[in-house]
Amino acid sequence: MTDYSSNPTLRESATYGRDVIHEIQRAAETGIYDIRGWGAKRKVPHFDDLLFLGASMSRYPLEGYREKCDTRVTLGTRHAKKPLVIETPVTIAGMSFGALSAQAKEALGRGASEVGTSTTTGDGGMTAEERGESTKLVYQYLPSRYGMNPDDLRKADAIEVVLGQGAKPGGGGMLLGQKISDRVAQMRTLPKGIDQRSACRHPDWTGPDDLAIKIAELREITDWQVPIYIKVGATRTYYDVKLAVKAGADVVVLDGMQGGTAATQEVFIEHVGIPTMAAIPQAAQALQEMGVHREVQLIVSGGIRNGADVAKAIALGADAVAIGTAALIALGDNHPRYDEEYRQLGSAAGFYDDFQEGKCPAGISTQDPELSQRLDPVAAGKRLANYLRVLTLEAQTLARACGKSHLHHLEPEDLVALNVEAAAMARVPLAGTDWVPGQRF
Amino acid sequence: MMMKTVDLAEQSLRALNQSLHDGEMLSDIREWRVTNTDGAHNIACGLNDDISVDIDGHAGYYCAGMNQRASVTVHGNVGVGVAENMMSGTVRVTGDASQSAGATAHGGLLVIEGNAAARCGISMKGVDIVVKGNTGPMSAFMGQAGRLVVCGDAGDALGDSIYEARLYVKGRVGTLGADCIEKPMRAEHQEELAALLEQAGIDEDPADFRRYGSARELYHFKVDNASAY
Repeated sequence: MTDYSSNPTLRESATYGRDVIHEIQRAAETGIYDIRGWGAKRKVPHFDDLLFLGASMSRYPLEGYREKCDTRVTLGTRHAKKPLVIETPVTIAGMSFGALSAQAKEALGRGASEVGTSTTTGDGGMTAEERGESTKLVYQYLPSRYGMNPDDLRKADAIEVVLGQGAKPGGGGMLLGQKISDRVAQMRTLPKGIDQRSACRHPDWTGPDDLAIKIAELREITDWQVPIYIKVGATRTYYDVKLAVKAGADVVVLDGMQGGTAATQEVFIEHVGIPTMAAIPQAAQALQEMGVHREVQLIVSGGIRNGADVAKAIALGADAVAIGTAALIALGDNHPRYDEEYRQLGSAAGFYDDFQEGKCPAGISTQDPELSQRLDPVAAGKRLANYLRVLTLEAQTLARACGKSHLHHLEPEDLVALNVEAAAMARVPLAGTDWVPGQRF
Repeated sequence: MMMKTVDLAEQSLRALNQSLHDGEMLSDIREWRVTNTDGAHNIACGLNDDISVDIDGHAGYYCAGMNQRASVTVHGNVGVGVAENMMSGTVRVTGDASQSAGATAHGGLLVIEGNAAARCGISMKGVDIVVKGNTGPMSAFMGQAGRLVVCGDAGDALGDSIYEARLYVKGRVGTLGADCIEKPMRAEHQEELAALLEQAGIDEDPADFRRYGSARELYHFKVDNASAY
C-alpha cells in the first residue's frame, strides 16, 4: 500500500478521513451497516486522564513489601444468604458460549478460579466446562433466556439480570449463522446456521416495579441463597442505579461504552452510551444518596486494562471491576503469532474485531472445531491468571502509595485529572488546581 | 399419601415456597393446597418434584415460574408470566392469564381455560400452551419451539418474528406478525392437535383450526428484508 503521509501536497480531510470515505464506499456497495465485535474504538476521556496523588508529607504511604493491602471483596451482602467472596476485585465479565468457543470459556474459568475470582456466563446458557472450571460462577439472566433453566440457576454462585451492556445499551444481541454449531443451536433451541437475534427487552417484565417482582421470583427459586446483580449499560446511570437498588439488586454492574461485544452494529458501538469514567461518579452518587454505597456493591466494566484502571475505578466508587476484552487478549486474542492469518482475513494482529465471522485464528471467538482446538484451555487459563495477578499487584502498588491498607480505602480525593473533560466527568480537580468543572458551590 | 393446606393469611410465601422445595417434606406430602392467596406474586415457583399443588384464588406474577415436573392448578386468574420458563409438568389456570403467559418456557403443558393477554408464549422454547379463550397481541413473538393452541381469536401480530413454534388457531387472527404465515393443515397436524386438546381436556374439533408458522424468510438478515423489521 502506498504511504501518502509524507506527500505534503495531499491534505486529508478532518471530516472525511480515509476511514470515513471507506465506510461510505462500503455502505454504498453493500446496502447494509457494518457489524463487528470489540468495543468503542474512538478516543474518549478515560482513566489515562487521571493521576493518583501519592503520599508525601501530608499522607503516609504503606511499605510495598511488608505492609498488607487487602484486595478481598464480598459481593451480595444486602440480601443473599451466601454472598460471593472474591480474592481480587477483578472479575471476568459475561461472555457467551456461542460468541466464544468452549475452550475459551473453560480457560476463563480456569484463570479466574486460580486467583479466586468469578467468571460469568453469557447469552446461551451455562456449559459444563465453564461450571466445572469456575469455582465462582455468575449466571446471566438475559432477555433471550437462551439456555436458561432452573437447574443451572441453582448451580450458580450469583445471578446477573442483564438489562443492557455498554457496547450497545438499548440493543439486543446477535449471533450470526456461521457461529451456530450443532451444540450452540441445541443449547439455544434454534435451528443450526440461522442468524440469532437476542431480544433487547425481557419478555415478562417491563419496568422497575416489575423487575422487583422478577428479582423476588429468582430469590424464591434459589431460596435466597445467592446474590442477584443487575447489569446496565452506562447511559442515564444516576437514575438507573437508583432504580436498580429500588428493584432489590444486591450488586449493580455498570458497563461503560468501551465495553466489548461479540457482534453489533459499528454505529451502535461508537455512538451510544457514555464513557466508563463518566458513569462511575453518577453511580456512586446514587448509591451514596440512598445510603447503600458499599452495601449494594458496584462492579464496573468497560476499558479496564491495567492495575491503574482498577485502582482508579475503585477510587471513584466501584467495589470491583470486570474485564472482557482484556481477558480475551490475555488468553491469546490478537496475538502476533497469528498475524499472517489475521491479514488473510483482511485485518492484522492488534486490529482484529470481526468476532461475528467465527474465523478467529486464536480459537477464541469461533465455533470452528479446528480453530477452537488451537486454544489450550490450561495454558490460556494460566496466562489469564498471570494477567489477573498483575492487575491486582499494580492496583495494590498504587493503593499503598496512597497509604491505603485496602483497595476500597481509595477515594476520589486521591485523584486529579489531566484535562478539563476528565475533571468534569470524574468529578475530581484538574491537576494543580482545586477546580472541579461543573461542581456547584 | 398426605395432603397439606397452606393458608397464606397465616404463613408467609417464603415459608410456602421453601416447603415446596424441601425434598424431605415432599417425600411425605405429595398434594398441596394453597388458600387465601390474595393475588400474591411468585406462588409455587421453582418446583422440581412430581407433586400437585392446587391454588385456591387469584395469583399474581410468575405463578409456577420455572416449573419442573409438578402439576399446578390455579383456581382463579393469574398475573404476568404464569409458568414462565417452565421446563416440564403441567400448569392449569381456570380463569384468565395476564401478559407473557408461558414466556420462554422450554417444556411442559400450560392450559388456560379463560383468555390470555398480550405476548402469550413469547419466546416459547418447547412448551405446549392451550388457551380455551382468546389471546392478546404479539402472542408467540419470537416463538422458537413448541405449540400454541388458541381456541378463540388471536390478537394482532400473531407469531411475529417466529422461528419453529407451531400455532393453531380456531377463531379469527387479527393480523400475522413479520414472517408468520398460514400453512397447510395436514393429517399429522390434525393428529398432533387432537392429542394436545385431549391432553388439555378441551373438547374441540381439530378440523376447525388453522395452522400458522414461520416463512423462514428472516432467518438470515438480508437488506431486502429491512422493511419487515
